[in-house]
Amino acid sequence: MNDRIEKRIELAAPVSRVWRALTDYREFGEWFRVKLDGPFVPGQISRGPIAYPGYEHVIWEAVVQKMEPERLFSFTWHPYSVDANTDYSKETPTLVEFRLEKTAGGTLLLLTESGFDKIPSERRLEAFRRNDGGWTEQMKNIENHVAQKP
Amino acid sequence: MSHKSRSGSASQRRARAPVFAALGDETRLSLVAKLSVGQPCSIRRLTSGSKLTRQAITKHLRVLERAGIVHAVRAGRERRFEFDPEPMEEIGKYLDLVSEQWDQTLARLKSFVEG
Repeated sequence: MNDRIEKRIELAAPVSRVWRALTDYREFGEWFRVKLDGPFVPGQISRGPIAYPGYEHVIWEAVVQKMEPERLFSFTWHPYSVDANTDYSKETPTLVEFRLEKTAGGTLLLLTESGFDKIPSERRLEAFRRNDGGWTEQMKNIENHVAQKP
Repeated sequence: MSHKSRSGSASQRRARAPVFAALGDETRLSLVAKLSVGQPCSIRRLTSGSKLTRQAITKHLRVLERAGIVHAVRAGRERRFEFDPEPMEEIGKYLDLVSEQWDQTLARLKSFVEG
């Protein structure tokens, strides 16, 4: 069974621009919607409050894995760690990898998130249930935002 | 939503071994394939036509049972195994959700670097 997510997206911007958007913690925070407290350093924890309305109490946390300039940026995290009463630290995190390739029109970004087989199924269900309310609303807001700023 | 109405059942609250891990094996996948299309099967029937021993099949069924993918049911004196689609559906929904999140996040990145 497929236990990973893979995405490809063409970006009309040079690789160097995309690399900066991915790895400069302030720029990352702007499109990822998180207020990070400092630069990304491989092997170190990066954290900060989520910048979605209604989710500001949630602390985003990831461990930076690899930073191979203009090629690969990766971190591990616990997806959907939004319940303050759950200790996610004992769970095996998933691995998120951003790979960049130069193309004629700019940059091809390949994203993979893998390791879902290690997340307890209880949590997978919980994450789904949570989406029933809040996330659906959030998604609409984001869609509108993107539509207004093409 | 139907998912919500089922959320209170005991089987939902019970801790389960990771479903992905249970399915990460060819023998178990073939057992699931067999059970998911037909009637509940006995171990005897699942073993016939397989190179594996009854003990080996039993072991694999236990793993699937712990993950909630199959359930044992009684048919007279015989124990049969039936397929439960729910754990696999949950995983599918979860991955769809995470996938959708990434679509949104990458769309924001796109407008950020192209803007």
